[in-house]
Amino acid sequence: MALNSAIPSGPIDMKWTDYKANAPLINPANKRKFSVIVVGSGLAGGSAAATLSELGYQVKCFCYQDSPRRAHSIAAQGGINAAKNYQNDGDSVWRLFYDTIKGGDFRSREANVHRLAEVSTNIIDQCVAQGVPFAREYGGLLANRSFGGAQVSRTFYARGQTGQQLLIGCYQALEKEVARGGVQMYPRTEMMDLVKVNGHAKGIIVRNLQTGKIERHSADCVILASGGYGNVFYLSTNAMGCNVMAAFRAYKQGAYFANPCYTQIHPTCIPVSGDYQSKLTLMSESLRNDGRIWVPKSADIAAKLREGTMRAADVRDEDRDYYLERKYPSFGNLAPRDISSRSAKEACDEGRGVAKTGLGVYLDFRDSIERLGADTIKARYGNLFTMYEKISGEDPYSMPMKIYPAVHYTMGGLWVDYNLMSNVPGLHVLGEANFSDHGANRLGASALMQGLADGYFVIPSTLPSYLVNETPGSISTDMPEFKEAEEKVTERLDGLMKVGEKGKRTVDSFHRELGLLTWDKCGMSRSKEGLEEAIDKIPQIREEFHENVRIPGSAGALNMELEKAYRVQDFIDFAEMTCHDALNREESCGGHFREEYQFTEDDPEVQSGFTNPGEAKRRDEEFMYAAAWEDKGPGNKPELHKEDLNYEFVKPSVRSYK
Amino acid sequence: MNLKLKVWRQAHADDRGTIVDYDAKDIPEEASFLEMIDIVNEQIIEDGGEPIHFDHDCREGICGMCSLNINGVPHSKERGITTCQVHMRKFNDGDTIWIEPFRAKAFPVVKDLVVDRSAFDRIIAAGGYVEVRTGSAVDANSVPIPKDKADAAFDAAACIGCGACVASCKNASAMLFTGAKAAHLNLLPQGEPEKDKRVLAMVRQMDAEGFGNCTNQYECEAACPKEISADVISKLNRDYAIASAREAVS
Amino acid sequence: MKGLINSVSLFWQSSIGKKIVVAVTGLLLVGFLVGHMAGNLLLFAGREALNEYAYFLHHMLHGAGIWIARIGLLVSLVLHVFATIALTAQNRAARKERYAHGATQAASRSSRMMIISGLVILAFIIFHILHFTVRIDPELAEMKDAAGHHDVYGMVIKGFGGPVVSLFYVVAITLLCSHLSHGIASIFQTLGLRTRKTAGATRALSWGITVVLWLGFLVIPLTILFGIVKDPGLDAGHSQSAVEASSTSDKH
Repeated sequence: MALNSAIPSGPIDMKWTDYKANAPLINPANKRKFSVIVVGSGLAGGSAAATLSELGYQVKCFCYQDSPRRAHSIAAQGGINAAKNYQNDGDSVWRLFYDTIKGGDFRSREANVHRLAEVSTNIIDQCVAQGVPFAREYGGLLANRSFGGAQVSRTFYARGQTGQQLLIGCYQALEKEVARGGVQMYPRTEMMDLVKVNGHAKGIIVRNLQTGKIERHSADCVILASGGYGNVFYLSTNAMGCNVMAAFRAYKQGAYFANPCYTQIHPTCIPVSGDYQSKLTLMSESLRNDGRIWVPKSADIAAKLREGTMRAADVRDEDRDYYLERKYPSFGNLAPRDISSRSAKEACDEGRGVAKTGLGVYLDFRDSIERLGADTIKARYGNLFTMYEKISGEDPYSMPMKIYPAVHYTMGGLWVDYNLMSNVPGLHVLGEANFSDHGANRLGASALMQGLADGYFVIPSTLPSYLVNETPGSISTDMPEFKEAEEKVTERLDGLMKVGEKGKRTVDSFHRELGLLTWDKCGMSRSKEGLEEAIDKIPQIREEFHENVRIPGSAGALNMELEKAYRVQDFIDFAEMTCHDALNREESCGGHFREEYQFTEDDPEVQSGFTNPGEAKRRDEEFMYAAAWEDKGPGNKPELHKEDLNYEFVKPSVRSYK
Repeated sequence: MNLKLKVWRQAHADDRGTIVDYDAKDIPEEASFLEMIDIVNEQIIEDGGEPIHFDHDCREGICGMCSLNINGVPHSKERGITTCQVHMRKFNDGDTIWIEPFRAKAFPVVKDLVVDRSAFDRIIAAGGYVEVRTGSAVDANSVPIPKDKADAAFDAAACIGCGACVASCKNASAMLFTGAKAAHLNLLPQGEPEKDKRVLAMVRQMDAEGFGNCTNQYECEAACPKEISADVISKLNRDYAIASAREAVS
Repeated sequence: MKGLINSVSLFWQSSIGKKIVVAVTGLLLVGFLVGHMAGNLLLFAGREALNEYAYFLHHMLHGAGIWIARIGLLVSLVLHVFATIALTAQNRAARKERYAHGATQAASRSSRMMIISGLVILAFIIFHILHFTVRIDPELAEMKDAAGHHDVYGMVIKGFGGPVVSLFYVVAITLLCSHLSHGIASIFQTLGLRTRKTAGATRALSWGITVVLWLGFLVIPLTILFGIVKDPGLDAGHSQSAVEASSTSDKH
């Protein structure tokens, strides 16, 4: 099927305006006849559900957590970008657009990104009106900071918990609509499958996690805002419950999955300390504003540090390698996430890593404490330092922090057009669950922006384009499609429980095995051999899973092992597809680094000093496209569909942060 | 390290439930408390049993999903953290640890240590919001908010809705939660127009949910993982009194 | 009118409404205690001062004053007790299941026995009224001073003469002050007067009042019990009971 991205014509800064001016409208009396299913209640899903309900649609919103307020958007620390230019430092919609395009390594869609930059300013207005307590100056006006390598201060923040505050605002708007009767909320409810009627997404089958009951829900369209797939790696900064099932089930139903290989590895997480570990904790990137990242110059010293025969504070300056400052003098410790992460891995691969496992680098505040005083540092990062101390048991005021990259965000997702609709008519995808705005790498403070842009401002304007051709209320859960879908779900669960009764290995042990393999072969750097090996091994994991997974209890009640089991079941299949994507993309860009494609001494860009050997090498001629994968059934390689990315307004360049 | 666990097990909401003993063996001291339960659960599953069910999600102290009463105190005796941030190095080899669900009539047990906290959502739905339609907001900087006010609102807004305040209170009172949510919005100019309506509605919903009331003992403040001050309760009382008076005469 | 009644009824039905009632009535009762204690201390100023003060109380506003006060206090007390019992019942219902292993972090001992101390105080108040106001003991009822007024001074000293009664007073007053140590601070919290800045001051004030009341109330039975204050006897020699039917007129 040809991919039609439905991008409006016209100049980039008029596309969205023109679109809105010409998009079909549904009159208020008719809106309330339409029903909408929203899966997920984070920033994207919650804001969409609340806003669509305000507009008059009947909304049903589902989340697996016990309350919509707990969606993982809540964990975002740093901030949210907006092109307000309150700081008068030369910011503009264009600049935010350009930075996002460049940050995404020229693998995102211009029109979507420009729209994102345009509505960014409305988001801040909306959130402030809801009572989101953004940081303020003494004059009472909003404060901004520079974040994630941006050269302007456009990030709005709420201490270290911007995500939580934005989500509370969104959740309160949602609860307001729940009280008004516009939204029916289904917490502790998980989408098990998508239901299509005549090829259109018209409903979902869910499992009530509390009772185990399987239920059918129909609507005139379905919106997925179910987040990313970072937990395919087992260890990530995602919440334990985050999973790809909703999006993956849509993929199984014919929706294309785009660019799954683009995964963001966040450079500043607390290193792994043992194999019992269940998740990784992110330390806000803002720490890089004052912390200096280093490893010892020699592997010998690193070995002593690992064994504990030497203390980090005793390493002499001339023995330290502040590698980011050395390699990227103008950005230094603030180099973008993908670049910082990869540099840390390189240093550790050379045997210069610290922490017991050898997988860690130092983030050192010694110099800034000397320069600004411990009090200033405490005022800026006190809560983060406390958090670090609680987890690691070490005092970061006297000993440098140890950090290591970890999976954090996934740029890939279900393919959507300009309307945020997938290739399955009626199925719309918002937030991290879609692929649209971040290209191959996401800039700091842009995830919150995208989630809210999609939910508050984009989908309310684009949804009528689909609905206007539909007859409201024409779908009923008594239709055979629903019955069939429900039976399939029940069959799947019965199958799992049957294996689970006799199986020997815990779900977690499979997840851990899959995660280690995926991290090793499809993590921070990938190679053809490695990916082929993973594609070979994943079916073995799947096979053993289907023979030997242990699932106690029953499917007809709260059963957290069963929940984990069906999520991991999909992660296994998903990992395979991701490896195919990574194997297909024979270039390095953003969060996808193929060892075969990096700059060497032979490249003119290196000779001219523009970039360093070892930096990611894009191949625009061959790979300037979004790779959208179509499911071809179990055991078969998915089929690739390409959406060519046409850069009409920005000229792609080598992304240099030197 | 090795520990003895005394864990509340309850098969379903109508089950009577009881404390069951478990041995937690070879727990690394770098492990978090929930990872310790993970390890015990792996063992239980391998031995053919059903794992201990407990709520958890982000495991970094912000989502508010994890609960657990640890040795009599929600989120353990350590101040200012959630259960998922408790680390085993704070315990000693051989310790006995009591693990019970958050207890309150308004938080019925679903299974083992999992409780239903949807009453909190209903308190918010009653009035814990600013009525502003998407798109109708004025420019964010058009209403300056003095920094101290904004900071005070933030202190209240830090609530993660975990329910530790209710669990720690011998009256299972939700005043710290309700007070924090109301104070967050009442302190801001954006929340001013609906202030009276909000407070009256939230308090009435809180009562209807079957929470107890505050006897000013401040157990909630001590248990709150975000260290929200009981001043928000004082403010809730004041705002409620004023709102009631205004309601009565206007 | 209907709207007003509705609002008041909603206020009373709400948990905070009842708490505010407890706080306001508590405040009135504390005010009474302070006045009562100050009046009591006139004992140390001698028979004449105390008895005159008692006479004044009984005759202000032509005798109506004391009844206004008594009715006010009675209503306060009834509301205070009624609301706290209702709240306690609600609280017990809100937390039926107890923890197998409970722990207390912040709650003071006094705060955890409010309902017990409150009920003991209630019993004490009844005893105290019977003892010194109704004066069911005819010996105490009929004492007269030189002016022919009821001899409160003599009555008090006689009333506290025995160790059993004095000890009961000591225990009751101590419980009362335990009740107040939590209660007075709670008034500020419940009326919304406690803020970050006033928290310290309200705590100090409530402890200050409590300690002063404890000392002020206990100094009388103790000084009498240990013989530090003695009844020197009336000049006219009728410090002892004179049974006259008319003397009951002072008894209110």
